[in-house]
Amino acid sequence: MPTVLERLNYALQHALETDERVYVIGEDLLDPYGGAFKVTRGLSSRFPQRILTTPISEAAIVGISNGMALRGLRPVAEIMFGDFVTLAADQLINHAAKFRWMYDDQVRVPLVVRAPMGGRRGYGPTHSQSLEKLFLGVPGLRVVAPNSLADPAELLEYAILQDDGPVLFIEHKLLYTRALLEPGGDELVDWEVHKPEGGYPTITLRVPGVETPQLTIATYGYNFELVRAAAHELMYEHEIFPEIVLFTQLSPFELEPLFEALRRSKRLLTVEEGTLTLGWGAEVAARAAESDLPGLKVRRAAALDMPIGSSKPIEDGSLPSQAEIVRLALELAQ
Amino acid sequence: MSDDYSLYRTMLLIRRFEERALAEFSGGKLFGTTHAYIGQEADAAAIFSLTDPDDIVFSSHRCHGHFLAYGGDPYLLAAELMGKATGLVSGRGGSQHIHWRNFYSNGIQGGIVPVATGSAYAEKLKQTGKIALVFTGDGTLGEGALYESLNIASLWQIPVLYVVEDNRYAQTTPVALGVSGSMAGRFAAFDIKTWELDSTDVLAIRPQAAEAVDYVRGEIRPAALILHTYRFAAHSKGDDVRDRAEIARAREKDPLLIHGARLDEAEKARAEAEVSAAIDEAFLRAAADPFPAMPGA
Repeated sequence: MPTVLERLNYALQHALETDERVYVIGEDLLDPYGGAFKVTRGLSSRFPQRILTTPISEAAIVGISNGMALRGLRPVAEIMFGDFVTLAADQLINHAAKFRWMYDDQVRVPLVVRAPMGGRRGYGPTHSQSLEKLFLGVPGLRVVAPNSLADPAELLEYAILQDDGPVLFIEHKLLYTRALLEPGGDELVDWEVHKPEGGYPTITLRVPGVETPQLTIATYGYNFELVRAAAHELMYEHEIFPEIVLFTQLSPFELEPLFEALRRSKRLLTVEEGTLTLGWGAEVAARAAESDLPGLKVRRAAALDMPIGSSKPIEDGSLPSQAEIVRLALELAQ
Repeated sequence: MSDDYSLYRTMLLIRRFEERALAEFSGGKLFGTTHAYIGQEADAAAIFSLTDPDDIVFSSHRCHGHFLAYGGDPYLLAAELMGKATGLVSGRGGSQHIHWRNFYSNGIQGGIVPVATGSAYAEKLKQTGKIALVFTGDGTLGEGALYESLNIASLWQIPVLYVVEDNRYAQTTPVALGVSGSMAGRFAAFDIKTWELDSTDVLAIRPQAAEAVDYVRGEIRPAALILHTYRFAAHSKGDDVRDRAEIARAREKDPLLIHGARLDEAEKARAEAEVSAAIDEAFLRAAADPFPAMPGA
């Protein structure tokens, strides 16, 4: 199977081929370098006029992309490290997310901003974060994250070609080298996968034959890898059978598939790599609580509320681990 | 209709609109805030007598003068200021956030500059021949996004005209406390050709603006137009801490007086009558309009 990176690269290439309004804009995108994480490799050789390499100017990268989108193009901006998206926060929040509504629905902003997030590579406090939580709940801005199961190419192409609003597209760095999971393949042998139609599907993974799962694990992005490993451990070492709800759209929050699962399990564990406080899981948990499910119990796995260290023991110690997911799951299942 | 008359009428329309907006504000008819363009009318009148109707315009919090000179309907703007359903953006934006045809404004200092630059770049890529103009003030020279935009506009030869209306104050902060070095030097550092003058005479501004607009369109390159001017009114409403004598001195160079001297009394009276009728009609009609329903309700 192809890797996530290959699928993202293919999506950009295919979008550029399909629609001449598509432009890719960001730092160090040109071949032979092809971008810091190589997602744009080969594109500038094939589309030299439409791959725009820029100075180190995140506000202008996103701002210029905003203007291009407002005037009928479909730009895809790359933020080299997702941590740098704070430099473009004004453009995302006060411009891209506002234009359509504040101009009374008279304009569209078909913009995609791709941001590689996440740690576990030793890059230290400012190159390892998962900052997407800062952009959740911004009206007018969609936040999307691919994973190894929902084809990242389909997600990215949909965002570029079909979505007329701004999309912040969160790519965890560790996903790039992961091969896509094959339905029916070894990695998914324990699971029955329900993937609905739609641009940003919420996927449910159930253990065949288990009518009442002992807990529901909600997650997105790279953390699905950890959750799968933790689920394996729970099943084979503890005889606890979870259900996994895997989101591709983080914001706006559309949680009905999760509530549907919680009606059976009544136990919710959210797993994310951002810091715990006011994170994605906090909002998911609050909404689950408001759904008045009797006897609902909740735990959240997330990074500790501290900066991410460069040294491996410090970094690993602050980010949610398989062991932590198992520990919280056992608490819930008791 | 002579050019002289038309320029005068545009400036008078802006003046009377802003005076009326301030009066209506004091009467409690407007929501939020308003930033009057009074004193700076010659800039907008000159520039918009030179642009094409399809050019892209980005303006700031102080956008009414630009909008009216662009050809915008005072009634639609008045309705927007009053928060009415019939306003430019149905009351969603108010004074600082308006859109009509190719005119856009946003109240974030500096943020509109890369957006305008990107818009101009889109038009270049689409080969439409349109240019973009973006209006900033001396205060916006403090914002980093502006310099990122200048750098890229020069590198990519983007047809955008950066208009800096230096009205000497960023809210209450005088240029002496807000802007170091040279304004023109900022653009020169990026190899952006710049026109600069200190005048409130619309006929002095116009030929400089014409050169700048023609250069941007003809050469498909960015340019800057720095216009030193003065606003007679407060930054927004009751927030004026400037020396009264200084304001009085500036008023001696009122653009309406300077250019009005070129018109005979009958022409000026006609302009006054036309403009007063238009403004009255705009505000009375807007006042009678309904407020918007809650969106989605």
